[in-house]
Amino acid sequence: MFWNKAMETIGGEDLATLQLKRLKWTLHQTQKVDFYRRRFKEAGVRPEDIRRLDDVERLPFTYKRDLQKGYPFGFFAVPLNKVVRVHTTSGTTGKPTVVGYTRQDLENWSEMIARNIVMVGVGEGDVFQNAVNYGLFTGGLGFHYGAEKVGLTVIPSATGNTRRQIEMIEDFGVTAIHCTPSYALHIAEVAESMGRSLDSLSTGFFGAEPWSESMRRELESRLGVTAFDSYGLSEMYGPGVAFECQEQDGLHIWHDSYLVEIIDPKTGERLSPGERGELVITPLVKEAMPLVRYRTGDITMLMEDRCACGRGQKIARITGRSDDMLVIRGINVFPSQIEHVLMSLPEVGEQFMVYIDRVKHLDEMTIEVEMSRAAFSGELQDLARMQKKIAGELHNTLGLRTTVRLVEPGSLPRFEGKAKRVVDRRGGI
Amino acid sequence: MENPYIIKQISIFSENRPGRLAAIAEALKGAEINIFAFSIAEADGFGVVRALVDRPEEAYRALTDLGFRVSFTEVVGVKMRDEPGGLSEIASILGDADINIEYAYAYSGRDAAVLILRVDQVEDAIRQILERGGELLEASRFR
Repeated sequence: MFWNKAMETIGGEDLATLQLKRLKWTLHQTQKVDFYRRRFKEAGVRPEDIRRLDDVERLPFTYKRDLQKGYPFGFFAVPLNKVVRVHTTSGTTGKPTVVGYTRQDLENWSEMIARNIVMVGVGEGDVFQNAVNYGLFTGGLGFHYGAEKVGLTVIPSATGNTRRQIEMIEDFGVTAIHCTPSYALHIAEVAESMGRSLDSLSTGFFGAEPWSESMRRELESRLGVTAFDSYGLSEMYGPGVAFECQEQDGLHIWHDSYLVEIIDPKTGERLSPGERGELVITPLVKEAMPLVRYRTGDITMLMEDRCACGRGQKIARITGRSDDMLVIRGINVFPSQIEHVLMSLPEVGEQFMVYIDRVKHLDEMTIEVEMSRAAFSGELQDLARMQKKIAGELHNTLGLRTTVRLVEPGSLPRFEGKAKRVVDRRGGI
Repeated sequence: MENPYIIKQISIFSENRPGRLAAIAEALKGAEINIFAFSIAEADGFGVVRALVDRPEEAYRALTDLGFRVSFTEVVGVKMRDEPGGLSEIASILGDADINIEYAYAYSGRDAAVLILRVDQVEDAIRQILERGGELLEASRFR
């Protein structure tokens, strides 16, 4: 099943011509952004120097930290009155990364989500529960509009109140669900405890965090769905960048909208298909926020074999990160953000440790901090208040509930070399 | 002038895990400090050990040198009759005067039982207790 067969199966010369044309347009668009005018000048390259697709290698990379410097709207290539939506995602320190969309961008984004949905055999007549965070997180609205475009009956259930989610699945006859894989497992568990079998469900779209083949088997057997991996990032609109087809063997990355490279994250050298490295994307149709060779930090590889479904380039499922980004309940967290928050609080010292566990299939983050010498009044209630304040500040910045533990001064490990402040005890999912 | 009945309690931050009280007690033993009374208050994963000791300044130094977070808290010690109704007498004095007890702990010593009180208005509490015939421990015993 195709949503847009021409674009989904375009290949060879036709694809190269289309990509080059769109690449040139994107580069033209980037010149409306101060950062890129400067960056291109420093690199000694002009948009018109790019005559072939391979010339993209001459262009400088864009890093997440660059986007942060543009906070809030420094990367917009259109006037604000042409930006019809803004989302945010985690930055590496204090401020979030802001992403903007023109009306055309929203159209492009919905189009890609629509392709993903139809590609796995979901369509009109299906009842779709979108159990991800709505709001600033791109997963909610992004999938919502794509699903409406296809003509699904959309239930914007968002997250939380799992028993209610389960009732809706049964009462509304939900056939397809979108959520994080860990939340899906939580739903399965709660449904089992309620004695509900969720018989109507047949398709699961799972994304926003990496998950394994064993997790797929678990989800498929417990929820009675066929489970598909969804990949995306806010800097490239959000979910929908790449998606599994019915073969469930790699993700088709939408080649008419994204130019893909895999590089060695250390050297920046381009790698061949079959070699694992960092995914670097140059979007080809982004209007409000064009980017050049964006370093996603995600580790994958280009797959060599053609897919039986007839669509184009696939990437392998994401296996890790080239940086220290963590994905907690679908939310991206950088240890540097935690450090930034703690540094701004006089009550705590600069030492901290982060522990991540999976409790009943949901990620829990515990942060241990040492209180500073001056902060101890001797009163238990002041300590409890301090604990609450730290958790509150972290929540504000990370968008995530955490458990804060106050520990005795000097009890946290000191690092002489590279600090290893994060202990991920979740194991494979 | 300092109120002669305000006693310096030492409050020590401690994680709630095995061996922490032993470490604190060991430090006080090392400095030859005698503990008159102590209590432990616990919250989410941590606690505060509160103690009345014979030499609070030295105890503070000994514990701080070992890296503990310590602070002084002002409390009062009220002698109680060590018989039924002893606590009731003291508690009603404070209740009548609308003074709130934040926390309290007690010990039963050689000559009397003593109630150690942390109250919201310490000077007021001292005046009320003395006026109503109560007997307070003098701070000079703890320095």
